Amino acid sequence: MRYLYFPGCTLSTKAKGFAASGEASARALGIDLVELSRWNCCGATFPLATDNLLALVAPTRVLLNAEKEGDHLVALCSICYHVLKRTNMLLREEGDKREKINLFLEEEYSGEVEVLHLLELLRDEIGFEALGERVQKRLQGLRVAPYYGCLLLRPFQEIGLDDPEEPRILDDLLASLGCEVVEFPHKSECCGSYLAMNTSEVTRELSYAILRSALASGAEAVVTSCPLCQFNLDYRQGEMAAHYPGFTQIPVLYFTQLLAIALGIESEAFGLADHYVDPRLLLVRRGLP
Amino acid sequence: MSKRRAMVIGGGISGIQAALDIANSGYEVVLVERLPSIGGHMAQLSETFPTLDCSQCILTPRTVEVGHHEKIRLATYSEVEEVRGDFGDFKVKVRRKPAYVDWERCTGCGLCQEKCPWRVASDFERGLGKRKVIYTLSPQAVPNKPVIDREHCVYFQKESRCGACAKFCPVEAIDFQQEEEVWEEEVGAIVVATGYDLYPMERLREYGGGRYPNVIDSLQFERLLSASGPTGGEIRRPSDGAVPKEVVFVQCAGSREPERGVAYCSQICCMYTAKQALLYKHKVHDGQAYVFYIDIRAGGKGYEEFVQRAMEEGVLYLQGKVAKIFPQDGKAMVWGADSLSGKRVEIAADLVVLATAILPSQGTGDLREKLGIKIDESGFYEEAHPQLRPVESGVPGIYLAGAGQGPKDIPEAVAQGSAAAAKVVALLAREVSP
Repeated sequence: MRYLYFPGCTLSTKAKGFAASGEASARALGIDLVELSRWNCCGATFPLATDNLLALVAPTRVLLNAEKEGDHLVALCSICYHVLKRTNMLLREEGDKREKINLFLEEEYSGEVEVLHLLELLRDEIGFEALGERVQKRLQGLRVAPYYGCLLLRPFQEIGLDDPEEPRILDDLLASLGCEVVEFPHKSECCGSYLAMNTSEVTRELSYAILRSALASGAEAVVTSCPLCQFNLDYRQGEMAAHYPGFTQIPVLYFTQLLAIALGIESEAFGLADHYVDPRLLLVRRGLP
Repeated sequence: MSKRRAMVIGGGISGIQAALDIANSGYEVVLVERLPSIGGHMAQLSETFPTLDCSQCILTPRTVEVGHHEKIRLATYSEVEEVRGDFGDFKVKVRRKPAYVDWERCTGCGLCQEKCPWRVASDFERGLGKRKVIYTLSPQAVPNKPVIDREHCVYFQKESRCGACAKFCPVEAIDFQQEEEVWEEEVGAIVVATGYDLYPMERLREYGGGRYPNVIDSLQFERLLSASGPTGGEIRRPSDGAVPKEVVFVQCAGSREPERGVAYCSQICCMYTAKQALLYKHKVHDGQAYVFYIDIRAGGKGYEEFVQRAMEEGVLYLQGKVAKIFPQDGKAMVWGADSLSGKRVEIAADLVVLATAILPSQGTGDLREKLGIKIDESGFYEEAHPQLRPVESGVPGIYLAGAGQGPKDIPEAVAQGSAAAAKVVALLAREVSP
């Protein structure tokens, strides 16, 4: 299966391990992720003001380029997926806005491209049951808290990937890899997102609540599909430890890193050494590479 | 008028009122009820607002009157199968499920229920209590005749082992061979009073109803309050039987929420929540009750005063929605907003009661097709004119009563039952067909 693939900026810089492990896992499963030959930043936020059309130019360009090469576009990063999918829907449904943006870009985007998340391909194209059969190394005994965050699921009417109140897709994926998935009430609470840039104490508080809840549920690792969530949850743990005596650190992994391990693929490029809280100790303890 | 008799479909308080009014005017009535006995949801309630009358106590005289009325033929455990004909001359096929008990012989002594060794979760108790496999809905059931739940009966499921009820029945009324019965009634007019169900709390995923035992719906709380309920009227939470000291009531759970629930206001929740919170305070003196609300809609006689009384007696009202409920350290954590102080509120509750939206009862869509009447966009029966013909369906001779036409409380359901009966009587009394 060949799919056009949009890595996005973060996966090309700060989250290279996410990209490398995702691409390698997909390849092992027969999904050929072909990087868009021309791409730019997705815009990184979907504009909240309805007349802020300029903010839609960047994602529209990505979609336009994709349309020239295929009809699907796969993203790994929750934010890229969110922005591209919502922009695409808006362009499909609001003809006047589409026309204005097309005029600005001096090109014609029709809205035909379908934006997908890799999780969707794994669930709908491969199937978690079939995926389970491809697993080389079951992640037996690894207790994980699947963390969805906001942008992967909301707004449901536009994203529609999974139930935003009780999502299953990451839970089911991790279960198919052999993990022990813990029930985790904060699985779709916000981590603070971009507040990391200016009011980092808010991010720290929100992320702390999420990690505390994961730890209380018995998890020994948190798993996400969003580089910004990963950053907030992982890199703030130093501050958290300083702020909350007795706080136990907990590794925060990308789902693709665990997927790759389960599929028996190993590579330094998967970035396990780059995390603030090193997950390798835990993995070794569980008999994993 | 060719057939001077009527049918009422639905044996809740509205249907009961309609049936009694028609029968007391001298016309025969067939009252069809899906369940083994009549009384509807009112039989499940503890006390009624705003007077705090005991629901069973004011209902039972009515159900008993229906049971004894010489003009009322009670067809319980029965459903309407097919409707043909026109006003003045409807032919209605009724199907009665097998009770596996010969109700002619049965004296209602209750020995079979006592001796039956098998228990299953009771729908009447909303899953909070158990009932025997041969059962009546309540000790005050009318008719006071039991039915056997075939699906859970060991006699049926395990090749004739057991049969305890048959062995002990002093009048040999148990009839495992009983079959369903189908017959036709000829009536001149029909009252449709099929009532409501609650919006399934499982669908409100962020509240965790159905997943967390201490998140319950309002009818479950009625059963906890009720002296005849599974806890004998003591407030005990489902998870461990402890008396909850912090109880959060969530109004508009699914109501006024077009995106994920229903668009309309369910109309009765403000009042029954005030009642439930007040009764909770009466039973657990050192307990705290919180009510999250969007607006308080208490537009009825004595209603606003009743809500004020609940507030004065210490129920804490918080204007805002609840965002999420989840278990933490043995409590149900409730995240909500208090829009009046502009702050987020977090309450570690022992018990959460969801005032879930009122839906038309399950069979409404099905029955509508059989009757050829309309439903509105919310799924309730549509009246012929919203202002001037509130109890008529679009089909002559078919009238509407109770919560099947839209959410309503007991006084309104009774009023509409009487109104529908007046229409029926007026039709049946005509000398010549119009």
